[in-house]
Amino acid sequence: MSRRSARDPVEFVEERLGGARGLRFLMSYVFPDHWSFLLGEVALYAFVVLIATGTFLALFFSPDLGTAVYHGSDPALQGQSISSAYASTLKLSYHVSGGLLMRQTHHWAALLFLAAITLHLLRIVFTGAFRKPRDINYFIGVTLLALAILEGFAGYSLPDDLLSGMGLAIAWAVAMSLPLIGGPFATALWGGRFPGTSVFESRLYIAHVFVLPAILATLIAVHLAIIMRQRHSQFPGPGRREDNVVGTPMWPAYALRSLGLFAAVAAVLVLMGGLIQINPVWLWGPYHPYLGTNGAQPDWYLGWLIGALRLMPNLEISVFGHTLVPNPFFGGVLFPTVVFALLYALPWLDRRFISRDPARHDLLQSPRENPRRTALAAAVFSAVAIVFAAGSADRMFFQFGFGYEGAIWFFRGAFLAIPVAVFVITRRICLELAVEREHPLRGWSGRIVARDASGGFAPVDAGSTISEASDHGGST
Amino acid sequence: MRRRLAALAAALCGGLAIVQLALADERGHAAAAAPPAVSSASLVASGRALFESSCSACHGIGAGGIHGRGPSLRGVGALAADFYLQTGRMPLSASRAEPLRTRPAFPQRQIRALVAYVASFGGPAVPDVQPGRGSLADGERLFALDCAGCHTIQGQGGIVTGAIAPSLNQASPRQVGEAVRVGPYVMPRFGEAEISAAQLDSLARYVQYLQHPENRGGWGIGRIGPIPEGMVAWLLGAAALLLVARVIGERREDDPEERETHHG
Amino acid sequence: MASRLWKALVVLVLWAWGALRPRRRARARRREVDPSRRDAGSPAWVERTLLGLLAAIPLSCAAFAVLYILDPNTQLLGLALGAALALLAAALILAGKRLLPQETKVEERPIPGDRQAVDEVLEQAHAATDGITRRGLLLGAAGAAGAGLTAAVAVPVVALGPGIEDQLSRTPWHAGRALVDEQGAPLAAAAIREGSFVTAFPEGADKENLDAPVVLVRVDPASLRASSERAGWAPMGILAYSKICTHAACAISLYRAPLSPSTQSRGPALVCPCHYSTFDVLDSGRVEFGPAGRPLPQLPLSIDAQGTLRAAGPLSGPVGPSWWGDAR
Repeated sequence: MSRRSARDPVEFVEERLGGARGLRFLMSYVFPDHWSFLLGEVALYAFVVLIATGTFLALFFSPDLGTAVYHGSDPALQGQSISSAYASTLKLSYHVSGGLLMRQTHHWAALLFLAAITLHLLRIVFTGAFRKPRDINYFIGVTLLALAILEGFAGYSLPDDLLSGMGLAIAWAVAMSLPLIGGPFATALWGGRFPGTSVFESRLYIAHVFVLPAILATLIAVHLAIIMRQRHSQFPGPGRREDNVVGTPMWPAYALRSLGLFAAVAAVLVLMGGLIQINPVWLWGPYHPYLGTNGAQPDWYLGWLIGALRLMPNLEISVFGHTLVPNPFFGGVLFPTVVFALLYALPWLDRRFISRDPARHDLLQSPRENPRRTALAAAVFSAVAIVFAAGSADRMFFQFGFGYEGAIWFFRGAFLAIPVAVFVITRRICLELAVEREHPLRGWSGRIVARDASGGFAPVDAGSTISEASDHGGST
Repeated sequence: MRRRLAALAAALCGGLAIVQLALADERGHAAAAAPPAVSSASLVASGRALFESSCSACHGIGAGGIHGRGPSLRGVGALAADFYLQTGRMPLSASRAEPLRTRPAFPQRQIRALVAYVASFGGPAVPDVQPGRGSLADGERLFALDCAGCHTIQGQGGIVTGAIAPSLNQASPRQVGEAVRVGPYVMPRFGEAEISAAQLDSLARYVQYLQHPENRGGWGIGRIGPIPEGMVAWLLGAAALLLVARVIGERREDDPEERETHHG
Repeated sequence: MASRLWKALVVLVLWAWGALRPRRRARARRREVDPSRRDAGSPAWVERTLLGLLAAIPLSCAAFAVLYILDPNTQLLGLALGAALALLAAALILAGKRLLPQETKVEERPIPGDRQAVDEVLEQAHAATDGITRRGLLLGAAGAAGAGLTAAVAVPVVALGPGIEDQLSRTPWHAGRALVDEQGAPLAAAAIREGSFVTAFPEGADKENLDAPVVLVRVDPASLRASSERAGWAPMGILAYSKICTHAACAISLYRAPLSPSTQSRGPALVCPCHYSTFDVLDSGRVEFGPAGRPLPQLPLSIDAQGTLRAAGPLSGPVGPSWWGDAR
């Protein structure tokens, strides 16, 4: 594009809205270089793919549980009485051109959206990026994770196939398990008793296609605006200080790289959507409350909750002949509440107890620089990972022959023991690594050079920069 | 087999009347079904010899059973014998192990002889299963109600506390019919009253369909739902995107040599 | 086959990760270069490759459009569109990393924290209440007004939920109600045989109701370990239990029916496929394993003169997951 032809639109906007200054700010906005800073971007682009494919799907899906006799293309369901929701999902998969591609891309995008958010969260936690002033944005991020999990669950619960119905039954039982208010709460939510009617299906639909995406999109916008306002954090390195940002400016190279990432995310999702089958609802069959299938599992991001439900011993607390705490409460409500409470409390815990450092930090830490935080976070995540693994103990039994009951007892023990071991080992590794110079997560690693008085370059001792960056880091 | 086992249990517990009622019912059914193989006297004789050498350690001389090791096989008929031998479930390596599908331990000729020997004590015959006569949609409905709880709705196998429910990927229609009628290991069994011969045809047809389903979506990744889907999402999707992030996450490495050749 | 594929994938990913990591020596050499240097200009192969990549994109897109109209096969559609996007990604990344000038910039970070501004804001805010004597009372009244308004706006939420008592405690089972199968045919006691299990419903009731489905199994009456108050609930050894798990409302669709009691140590049990709660059939639905906190409700049975199974009373406990309203 020549300078002249680019001039007109920029002038047009500037003369009316005065946007040129903002555009200049955007173009020279600096992105510190590190691959791990792109994980959030991957999540963002997966969300864009979700919106695009989801819009297509919403045009064909019918959130209605009214039943009719099926006479579509699927040979195994001929003549069965199935709901409109299920029938429209089948029609979408069989008859709408590109419908199955869109549905599968949408589903893969949901799995990768949450995978990217999870990796992003791990990066944030282990590098101390949640500290002041980013604590506020960290809270938004954790909220986004929780909402994304809900959104995903609402999505795969819509088609009214056997798997989604079983998932909703469990969700209903978990809602019922809230002490005292569970019954009225679940009944109000479902518009009656499970399995409910089209009333519930339409609520689920509105939540999935409007309410939750709107909240997600708004929070993502705020998340990005706050990043722009505060500028990116960066790893320590030559010339990098708390009060500057060193990296590639948005224009031109970074913009192209980032658009390239968007295209790559879309490419991976579309290729997976076209080539790898996901949630073949026509093989799951319709749902009735009296039907169940072995190996019913939620999508991966809820695997830690089915694990918690399965690990919990059969305890129920009753008083005066009433059930005060039904069993699903422990795995389905208490466990995720504790995990999310820990995540929300992390900035405060870190400030108060872990790093004991209330100062503002724009330079990140390598995980090794803060052995106590790294070890504690690794211990908590390992506990969640064990519960997650326990969610597939039935498949392990089938595949490898580990007895199911024994495995459950093993995981119960591991849930208590492994986090302690992880804490000790991680802390030890951090302390050992801190002495060395190899920095696996660091953008600038190895030798650091500085310009000396004569104008030449000479290596500087890396250790000094690290200790500057983490004066309160709790490292020894 | 089931009949004799039930009789054994009943003798121990004293509830004989019910069992004999059921036995009569079962014999009637066995007479109605066509016998699967010629059971000449010589076949039975060679079957007996084979049984004494290969099976009697657990099932006893004369197939009368040994308590705590193996049940009596008198009266289980060709039905159970054919199922266990054709699917390689018998002989077992350890008497308390769960019988699982493997390659048959005996060649077809010997299996025929053993089946003929076990059938010579009486008992139900092998059911005549014709998937071609069944209805796929009926099969789906019945499978969802009676089979999916253990074998998964896609027939890929699952678990029950204490035992594995095998995958049905290799089960022939005849073996499906035999398993339904026998109820091997901890599987429930279904007589004519619960699953009629026509319904059995439909079930077998649905199992056949599951063995060659339409994977419209592409690579079927095992058709057991979200576990392989999550693994693919992480190991394929997330891994690919991490590699892309790795490539573009940092400024190009400056290569002075390349630059010089270009400018020169 | 599949497991080999998995292993190959894992190896491939690990290898690619290692291969893409700049080697240690190259890294050390690179760091010697001044990061503030701006590199413009690119080797000739970059532009040629870019041209090739960009030219292939319209071809791939055209293939997608043609396929969409002629043969909308999911795999081919995905390949065509995915290839176009992958080519675009390759082109953009190549351009971003090789074609365009590479530069590192330093931007000052705006660090907020103007104490004076905070003081000014507070001062101005407090200035609003100058000369007001009943400040607390007014604030309280304003708060009450706000709360009232919030409550009024929240009232329509009630419209979402119907009354719960009749929803959660209604049951279709009462003495004399006949049991039917999924097709609605009455179930004869003689049709239920040992080792089998049958899903039954109350005659004429909605099958989708959680209270409706029960599982019928038959055992040797002598093996029952039921308490004396449940004597007679299982005529001919036929037992009926609710099919809905007392843990999380999944359908109890597994029946563990040992074929050979002399070689199998575990007795018959009903198992839920969701979290593998295991209920002892012989012992009044007691929880043998798993997270369920309550035994499976049992339905007392009777056999009428025609030999048909009928309920002899209501279920022994509330169906489905527990909550406060359950009377234990």
